Amino acid sequence: MSLVSQKQVRRGAIRIEDAVKIYDPEGAHILAVDHCSFAVAPGEICMLLGPSGCGKTSLLNAIAGFHRLDGGAIYLDDEMLCGPGRRAAAIGPDRIVVFQNGALFPWKTALENVAFGPVVQGRLSKPEAFARARQLMADAGLGGHEDAYPGQISSGLRRRVEIVRALLNDPAVLLLDEPYRALDALTRSVMHEALLDTHARTGVTIIFITHDIEEAVFLGHRVVVMTARPCRPKRIFDIDLPRPRDIGIVASKRFRELTAEIAGTLDAEALKSFARGEKEGHAA
Amino acid sequence: MTQQAAIITPDSGRLLRFRTAALPRLLFNRSSRRAIVSILAAIALWQLGATSREWLGWPVPVLGHVPAPDAVLVAWYHVLGDAGYWQSWYQSFLRVAMGFAAATAIGVPFGLTLAMSPTCRGIVLPVFELLRPIPPLAWVPASILFWPTQELSIDFVIFLGAFYTIVLNVLGGAETIDIRLVQAARSMGASRINIFRRIILPGVLPSIGAGMEVAIGITWEVVVAAEMISGGGSGGASGAGGGLGFFIWNSYVGGSYPDIVVGMISIGIAGYGSSALVRLLQTRLTPWLEAR
Amino acid sequence: MNAVARRRAPMPRLALTWFRLGAWLRSPKPCLALAGYALLLGFWYLSVEVFKLPRFAGMPGLTSVFHEWTSRNPTYGISLYIPVYWVHILVSLRRIGIAFLLATALGVPTGLMLGWSRAFKEYVFPLFEILRPIPILAWVPLAIIMLPGSELPVIYLTFLASFFATALNTMLGVRSIDNSYILAAGCLGASSLQTFRHVIIPGALPFIFTGLQISVGVAWFSLVAAEMVSGQFGLGYLINTSYTSVEYPTIVIAMLTLGIVGYLSSAMVRLAGHWLMAWRVPQLVTDGRR
Repeated sequence: MSLVSQKQVRRGAIRIEDAVKIYDPEGAHILAVDHCSFAVAPGEICMLLGPSGCGKTSLLNAIAGFHRLDGGAIYLDDEMLCGPGRRAAAIGPDRIVVFQNGALFPWKTALENVAFGPVVQGRLSKPEAFARARQLMADAGLGGHEDAYPGQISSGLRRRVEIVRALLNDPAVLLLDEPYRALDALTRSVMHEALLDTHARTGVTIIFITHDIEEAVFLGHRVVVMTARPCRPKRIFDIDLPRPRDIGIVASKRFRELTAEIAGTLDAEALKSFARGEKEGHAA
Repeated sequence: MTQQAAIITPDSGRLLRFRTAALPRLLFNRSSRRAIVSILAAIALWQLGATSREWLGWPVPVLGHVPAPDAVLVAWYHVLGDAGYWQSWYQSFLRVAMGFAAATAIGVPFGLTLAMSPTCRGIVLPVFELLRPIPPLAWVPASILFWPTQELSIDFVIFLGAFYTIVLNVLGGAETIDIRLVQAARSMGASRINIFRRIILPGVLPSIGAGMEVAIGITWEVVVAAEMISGGGSGGASGAGGGLGFFIWNSYVGGSYPDIVVGMISIGIAGYGSSALVRLLQTRLTPWLEAR
Repeated sequence: MNAVARRRAPMPRLALTWFRLGAWLRSPKPCLALAGYALLLGFWYLSVEVFKLPRFAGMPGLTSVFHEWTSRNPTYGISLYIPVYWVHILVSLRRIGIAFLLATALGVPTGLMLGWSRAFKEYVFPLFEILRPIPILAWVPLAIIMLPGSELPVIYLTFLASFFATALNTMLGVRSIDNSYILAAGCLGASSLQTFRHVIIPGALPFIFTGLQISVGVAWFSLVAAEMVSGQFGLGYLINTSYTSVEYPTIVIAMLTLGIVGYLSSAMVRLAGHWLMAWRVPQLVTDGRR
């Protein structure tokens, strides 16, 4: 795909085919994901945009291996993660989730958190992992916070540390589940630029769930607008804004055109979901 | 019926389906099966340990001295027709109810006062911290000295056990109230009394409920011990015997060991029942908590 | 960057203590606390010894209790200078110590397993649910029958109360851990044993220590009751014998001693908790300072 950054990447293609996910609490039989198919190219930032509670998170959880699918298949680099004969993907460091509310271990310092993956996998010795972690944190502009506990640093910094923690494992795909939802707008735009910077350096595939249209357009190579439950792609937008992007792009005419068009597509779905009066994160 | 069914939304349909499915599910799902297996295994072990003289040539430790389940069942059957047994139930329940009611009636307003006034809190809390580590039962003799009847002194000790818990829970609950709610009310011109009635009171209700649930448990602990100490122990046996705690102690002194276990199980049932009652009250008082 | 690093450096423990002490002294709290104590002692003194109010007149008074407590030659045989007083305290402390350590050593692992393994919980928790409503003190006679000697029953009762509190709170602690920590550990390649060690245990620690605090409290509660009913020494026993032999000031001395020893033992548990959960201290400090 020509949109992908200058770096040469071959790893991290995700293909979802006919995914179906049904929730059955107390026999209620809720169809969360219905025959959903799309593909993500290696090194792409793919934004999943949809009304809250539409089933995006179910999809993400299926990729990560937290939940199983009730139908269909998911492939990573042409290798089947889950599908017929294998209902749940293995949870592992090739696909790392960054959670909505953050999951840095509060009882470990930032450095211990970042070094956690290679140490528990036995890939690196503790001093090696710490040295690598220190290096990566410095590269990401997080130097000076190594020995702070997560409780001591701002929530924006916490998210960045968490992404660094994921990257130290050299994952094929990063799965971000509304990671910046709880942040204020100013911090959020700093986060966006940091994420783009990280992506330019590493070329990791990113699947990013959001329901903020501007965030989606600003970050993504493509934006997949999802239907309200059951969730499946309604329309896929190619974001042909130039890269590297900075905050100035928000003011451009093309940016506004794209957001307006996506808003139009999304509106109908948001209304549907709103009319059902669903609690946020109900099916998550 | 059909009229009603028409009104019922898909949502309540779901509830209905759940209800009809509930009983077989409850009996046949894995966790209940495991519960039944483990309880039966425990009873079997108990029976075996209590009735066999030795295991692998060793005298059975601990269990060997415990009355066997079948003996307990027989003893229970005999005692069911005994008026004294039911009298014990009644007396213990009465004491628990008295002490608990007094603790709630005094503890809740007291806790609310402390919550509303920092000055009161500053004066009273240190005293609380000083007195609370003294276990309620250590008060038994002093209480007997002070109160004119032994019945009142037992009630006082029970009251004491529940009182601290309720007060501290009310206080803790008041601390968790979101200050923004109070500010919002104030900005809309609510008076102090209004803030108390509309925000503080509903805000602490969940903690009052939680405190009451803990307190009723403590109450049973205390009542048993108080009955044993004052009725059976060396604390003197002047009149205020009776109650399930005394029943247990009396069975021990009289050597009818299966009755001890009968008494223990009876207290367990009584305690469980009263906790359930308090929980029921709690869900009635704070219906919004279920919507979480 | 250097400035940032310096700001993040954890505040020295001593400086923190001084800071807290200073803040406390500047607030009206010390005066109010003194007023509270004065009210309590004043009420005790006035009602018993000055005005001799109806029911209060028969109680041991403030001055007589303190005179007795600090006397080299106490009227009723128990004071700070009498070795037997300390023997009573030590016997109670030893029982609490044994029971508490045993309950922690067994209760924490049991609670961790209850929270961590579904199968373990489904098999074991029903037994807990059945045994828990039975008040610990209802076990007294059975404990005497079951266990040999007079020391073991007392320790058993104390242990039982502590064990339930510790195990149940530990279980709640494991349940309280945000699932995303566990999932995150899995994502980062941790095995389930590693998740247990790096996530479950530290994550449950705050609840475990809450449990231990409660556990010390209920341990004293049951110990006193058990000692009052059976036992040869100990503060509960002292209270009961002083009552039967009409040595009333001694009752109050024993009660106050119980309060002090009980308070100290739970303070020790609290300190141990702060020490083990250093990661929570900076959080608490920043909360306190803003």
